[in-house]
Amino acid sequence: MNWHAVRVIYKFEMLRAWHTLLQTILSPVISTSLYFVVFGAAIGSRIEQVEGVSYGAFIVPGLIMLSLLTQSISNASFGIYFPRFTGTIYEVLSAPISFYEILLGYVGAAASKSLIIGTIILVTAGFFVELRIAHPLWMLAFLILTCVSFSLLGFIIGIWADSFEKLQLIPLLVITPLVFLGGSFYSVEMLPPAWQTVTLFNPVLYLISGFRWSFFEVADVSVGLSLFMILLFLAICSAIVWWMFKSGYRLKQ
Amino acid sequence: MPPIVSINRVSKRYASGHQALTDVSLDIAEGEILALLGPNGAGKTTLISTICGIVTASSGTVTVAGYDNVSDYRKTRELIGLVPQELTLGAFDTVWNSVSFSRGLFGKRPHPALLEELLKELSLWEKRDSMLMTLSGGMKRRVLIAKALSHEPRILFLDEPTAGVDVELRKDMWRLVERLRQSGVTIILTTHYIEEAEEIADRVGVIDGGRLLLVDDKNRLMHEMGRKQLEIELKQPLAALPAGLDRWDLSLAGDGSRLIYTYDTQARSTGITALLQAIHDAGLSLKDLKSKQSSLEEIFVDLVNMKP
Ligand SMILES: Nc1ncnc2c1ncn2[C@@H]1O[C@H](COP(=O)(O)OP(=O)(O)O)[C@@H](O)[C@H]1O
Ligand SMILES: [Mg+2]
Repeated sequence: MNWHAVRVIYKFEMLRAWHTLLQTILSPVISTSLYFVVFGAAIGSRIEQVEGVSYGAFIVPGLIMLSLLTQSISNASFGIYFPRFTGTIYEVLSAPISFYEILLGYVGAAASKSLIIGTIILVTAGFFVELRIAHPLWMLAFLILTCVSFSLLGFIIGIWADSFEKLQLIPLLVITPLVFLGGSFYSVEMLPPAWQTVTLFNPVLYLISGFRWSFFEVADVSVGLSLFMILLFLAICSAIVWWMFKSGYRLKQ
Repeated sequence: MPPIVSINRVSKRYASGHQALTDVSLDIAEGEILALLGPNGAGKTTLISTICGIVTASSGTVTVAGYDNVSDYRKTRELIGLVPQELTLGAFDTVWNSVSFSRGLFGKRPHPALLEELLKELSLWEKRDSMLMTLSGGMKRRVLIAKALSHEPRILFLDEPTAGVDVELRKDMWRLVERLRQSGVTIILTTHYIEEAEEIADRVGVIDGGRLLLVDDKNRLMHEMGRKQLEIELKQPLAALPAGLDRWDLSLAGDGSRLIYTYDTQARSTGITALLQAIHDAGLSLKDLKSKQSSLEEIFVDLVNMKP
């Protein structure tokens, strides 16, 4: 195991966020605050309670998930795409390092960054609403599993993409709609029955539902199913990465 | 002594279908400086990339210090430093961080004193906190060299190290190469500047169209393949070669005022005495005589033109 290599890749990727520290911290704080002003105060004053939880508190898990997913994907995809784009990837490819060590460095750093951002949002939310976390360990587990699996997805996108447009395409066209339609800001039960069925095909629903359960013990689907779905997603991403590495897909000629 | 790098019947066909290397075999001895000469597109970069593990060979094997470069890639890559042809460097990183990154990537623990020495030798020490994107092309090239040497490789690949490089850097680079040679580092460089190979290489390999046309000791190559030319300046210009002189390989130059005689240094008899006699018999009078040895460049051009 080449730990020195994993360390320098991890450090390099974390430093990238450090250079834009203000942006890294401020942007989630500002956007979270805005969501609270718009959804919590404006809409929340009309909805009051969802399944026994104040609307302001109800949207916190969804808000965190929204940032976690987009941040994980954009950090991990950019982290591996950029050296491919500039050509500096030659160095990583010629180093005595296995693909799994490369993965550990890049995905580990991207997941760490999202985890930090998730925590910042959680703390910011604590200033607006009274938060109660029923199952802190489960919350942490969902948080980490989500960061890791979506950083993995980001890594896949970063290897697949051969232009900056493609790099933006999936987060924009796929992830953002899935998150907004996955019950970030509402309970599925608030939808008409037909739409409830459609929503069940949205994988993000299971993430948000499980995560929300760890806070308030209310869920759209069972926690076991949530956990199963996220592990399934993790397994699928791992399998794709394994195939990419084995075939040298877009990395080696 | 077994070769430090052994390339055994390597071929490479890119996914595009382009055959970049065909059946290349080459042994490189520890501590030597080998120059790979070839025109653009010859396959030099592909060959180097294959040894370093960036490109996967379609067939054939490469061993480095006795280890296979695919199955034992950790052992082989540890030994190798690569300075790429293109100025591929990040943008938002400092020189110091970038060089430290390379050392770690190759599995070595941090060694600030060594990196300091390296940066000083490459005149980069003052620039250690500069962002890479603010550096000039020459400085970037120096950073790439520092990165390649940061993990103390035993084998150094320099892919067209002097293309578009200023005189200063060129001198620094050859001084560095000399120091590395003293410490026993094996150096493989590619170039299409023949003077470069002539100046510093121990052995020269000529590659064209993906084939290794020959590899030989530089001095022997120049000796064996070398031809000499005798330039004979005449007092009166000629319109055509006189009949008596057509059994020699002669050509007229300088509006007929010079005769150029090309001969093989390896031939038993050069024919010079007889030629001079014949010139005399033809009633021509000489003004001056000059002889010159063909350079590696001319040998190279001959070789590349000779291939089928
Ligand atoms: N990734 C690639 N895909 C397809 N063809 C390539 C690729 N890289 C290089 N080639 C082709 O292979 C040949 C050899 O290239 P290269 O090894 O870079 O030559 P050199 O370094 O001697 O100039 C060239 O014709 C080049 O166009
Ligand atoms: Mg080249």
